Amino acid sequence: MKIAFTTKGTGWETMMDPRFGRTEYILVYDEENESFNDFDNRDTTNEAHGAGPRTAQKLFELNPDILITGNGPGGNAARVLEQAGIEIFTGAREMTVKQAFEAYKAAKLEQFNNS
Amino acid sequence: MDIAIASGKGGTGKTTLATNLASYLAEKDKVVLVDLDVEEPNSGLFINGEIVHEMDKFKMIPVWNKDCSLCGLCQEVCNYNAVLHLGVHIMVFSELCHSCYACSELCPDSALPMKPKKMGRLKHLQHGKLSFVESRLEIGQEQAVPLISQTKKYINENFYQEIIRIYDSPPGTSCPVIEAVKDVDYVILVTEPTPFGLHDLKLTVEMIRKLDKRYGVVINRFGIGDEGVSTYCREENIAVLAKIPNRRAIAELYSRGELVYKHFNDVKEQLDLIIRSFDQLVVGESV
Repeated sequence: MKIAFTTKGTGWETMMDPRFGRTEYILVYDEENESFNDFDNRDTTNEAHGAGPRTAQKLFELNPDILITGNGPGGNAARVLEQAGIEIFTGAREMTVKQAFEAYKAAKLEQFNNS
Repeated sequence: MDIAIASGKGGTGKTTLATNLASYLAEKDKVVLVDLDVEEPNSGLFINGEIVHEMDKFKMIPVWNKDCSLCGLCQEVCNYNAVLHLGVHIMVFSELCHSCYACSELCPDSALPMKPKKMGRLKHLQHGKLSFVESRLEIGQEQAVPLISQTKKYINENFYQEIIRIYDSPPGTSCPVIEAVKDVDYVILVTEPTPFGLHDLKLTVEMIRKLDKRYGVVINRFGIGDEGVSTYCREENIAVLAKIPNRRAIAELYSRGELVYKHFNDVKEQLDLIIRSFDQLVVGESV
């Protein structure tokens, strides 16, 4: 299972970024080989509009099974993520990536539903 | 002559000035008042007229016809993230689209033909010598600029440039207001004499200077706040065209959709000052 996180940096101890479209990094944790892949998303700062769909497009390419984030994606990004078949869990704010992962495992995050 | 009424800060009195100035001028001459604040047009609340013309306005957006090799060039050329290549799908976000045609024109498979999508509605009213045109953006539409641009086109096609055409502009300093003011002969910046008003006035002055427009300031609600705006205008050599007094009765008239100058002579005198500065503008141009 591949799990994506919206984060402020890299590694287990970095803080989650509650924003989706303008998240600073995307971390993808691969449970099978217990490894991280990280993607710098900070160039979305320059986007006046459309940061959401753009970040969602990146996730589409990274193709994780699950996304763990804070506030949840907006309407446009949600359409893309739905197309990608990624399950979304929200509410991971003000916690480290490790804490967010544990909260997800303990079923303490909310499943995001676009409809 | 084209005159835009703008402000950085919202709620400083653009609509009050635009509707009063246009109606006052129309007592003698033909005038066009255009509400370009298409996200929330409200000049129309003050104008009772007969509808001359009404029409839907459309913007062109690409629609994917699925007959494509999925090369992804469309996503690459889109500056607005409005077209995304997602595996075996191309997804178009029409609200983000700026109708630049790049994806459509460059698509090697012609798989993204441009089709019209309704973005708003234009209304044209007549009241005596005053013509009034407003456009209203459809709910859910994010792009004000294409509708503003089409409204300006309607004005140019339907009214001579010799008459005074007044444009009530959107607030702020971003794309919509730039589209509204970029082709006019003169910009009136309405502000209030408060630190907040001054802060946003400075931003607007910077914008207008970049556009290289002639402009002057009208201070509304004169009497409140502080000396900041007056001092700034003096130091920067900016003409203060008029000062409209702060008065509760003016706000009450506005809230009832009534024109202020009909009730207050001192307001009418301030409008006369503004109109006189237009006359100088015309003389200045002919020299």
